[in-house]
Amino acid sequence: MRARLDQVIALLKGDQGADRIVPPSGFTVRLTLFTSAAMAFLTIFALALSLAAGRLGTSWGDELARASTIRISAPPEQMQEQVASVLRLLEQTPGVETARALSADEQRELLEPWFGPALPVEQLPVPQLIDVSETSDGYDADSLRLRLQAEAPGAVLDEHTRWRRPLVAAASRLRLLGWVSILLIGAATGAMVTLAAHAALAANAQVIAVLRLVGATDGYIAQAFVRRFTLRTLSGALAGTLAGMAALLLMPSAGDVEGLLTGLRFEGWQWLLPLVVPPLAALVAYIATSAAARRVLGGLA
Amino acid sequence: MIELDNVAYSYSGDALLTDISLQLAPGTFHFLTGPSGAGKTTFLKLCYGALKPTGGSVHIFGDDVTEMDRDAVAYMRRRVGVVHQDCQFLDHLSVAENVALPLSVSGQATPDQAENLNELMGWVGLQGKFDSLPPELSGGERQRAALARALILSPDVILADEPTGNVDWEMSQRLLRLLIELNRMGKTVMIATHDLGLIRAAKAHVQARVLRITNRTLQTAGADL
Ligand SMILES: Nc1ncnc2c1ncn2[C@@H]1O[C@H](COP(=O)(O)OP(=O)(O)OP(=O)(O)O)[C@@H](O)[C@H]1O
Ligand SMILES: [Mg+2]
Repeated sequence: MRARLDQVIALLKGDQGADRIVPPSGFTVRLTLFTSAAMAFLTIFALALSLAAGRLGTSWGDELARASTIRISAPPEQMQEQVASVLRLLEQTPGVETARALSADEQRELLEPWFGPALPVEQLPVPQLIDVSETSDGYDADSLRLRLQAEAPGAVLDEHTRWRRPLVAAASRLRLLGWVSILLIGAATGAMVTLAAHAALAANAQVIAVLRLVGATDGYIAQAFVRRFTLRTLSGALAGTLAGMAALLLMPSAGDVEGLLTGLRFEGWQWLLPLVVPPLAALVAYIATSAAARRVLGGLA
Repeated sequence: MIELDNVAYSYSGDALLTDISLQLAPGTFHFLTGPSGAGKTTFLKLCYGALKPTGGSVHIFGDDVTEMDRDAVAYMRRRVGVVHQDCQFLDHLSVAENVALPLSVSGQATPDQAENLNELMGWVGLQGKFDSLPPELSGGERQRAALARALILSPDVILADEPTGNVDWEMSQRLLRLLIELNRMGKTVMIATHDLGLIRAAKAHVQARVLRITNRTLQTAGADL
């Protein structure tokens, strides 16, 4: 008898007791677990998408900033003049930040892999290269081409990376959308937990009434619900996060080819980021349930 | 302990109770009678802060109930043991856990309370029902469990609404003796009942005042009992 009494008292004591005062409800438990797992899974993908888009945007952006090149092929006697007029023209072109003719040494360095270090660049009819770096707005390539044609017929504008400019903008937009999605998922999790907590509080109106009558404070009652929903959300989100990370690990790799689809993964320390998702989900659940409990309990007579 | 000053109460429209003044002094024993629907339950609810008076003022342990916040009401309930007319339990917990519920919600559940719980369950004749669930109890057993639950925190005031409504004479005498015993230990007791036999039986053992609700107000019953 004594042992059983101790057992009863132990059950009623502390957190375990506070948890037990709310009757277990299998169905809503499973729904909350499932929803928070699904939300966490989606968050992982939105996170990976944001990070991948950010990475892509940065690396493409770096290449873009590295500029385009103008190649001038002209007979040696006209070379100086054409170079000068192209440089002058570039100086007046809006959207061009700097323009600089490469020196003979630099040109030799560029050609070295093919022709060896002893190449007498000065005596060969190699084209003169002009390095152009743009402002962030860029220049109007078509009009620049037209004017080059008029001023220096031997000049060719080589825009090897410009085609990526709209992609960089798209990547940065995609990254933004990824973060917005994460915020929305967080808000939806909060809304879901609020609904579930309201349902649980309403379903347990009699339990709450009895607890109030025997002297339970709102804080004590709320704690039972808050703990339950926080723990459920935490474990659901943990499962969803692990599933999401596993799914990313299993994404087929495309080697060095860089693209959004193949870049959908975490890199290095970024693998730690998803681990923040379950605690954050639990925090959202904690806040949502506390607010719901405060509202419902405060409204009781 | 509990002080009512010119209290009026109306659920909606007409006043159910008016002009009620009463002081429940420590260690007193009161019976509350009156026809069904007179407002006995309502009166008791006013005494433990479940209802706030629509007129006049109620002070419980010196605090005005209209100024108590919800936490203050919760703390006050731990000092007032209430047996409700329609006893409600947590149906998913055992009877023993339900009786010990006031201990756990007030953070006082300790192993040395086990003896206390055991003794109390014996007094109300529920030794065999430790592990039953409340829905498995008979009406009288529920009332006894509710009484045990009201007493577990050893409250200063005990308010019991028809605590013997569903039990046989034998058991009602037993419960009455328990309440009288508690009163001798200094507890303030108020019992709402229709059972004049119970009141007569009590008067042999204890100095009890009998209050009657008639004509919407509280009167001290005469010697006709
Ligand atoms: N929540 C409520 N809302 C409206 N009217 C109520 C409410 N509770 C009780 N009443 C009314 O107030 C009157 C008094 O009810 P109360 O329960 O206090 O009577 P009582 O004296 O305890 O009766 P009984 O002896 O049958 O228990 C009744 O007419 C009842 O209909
Ligand atoms: Mg009644």
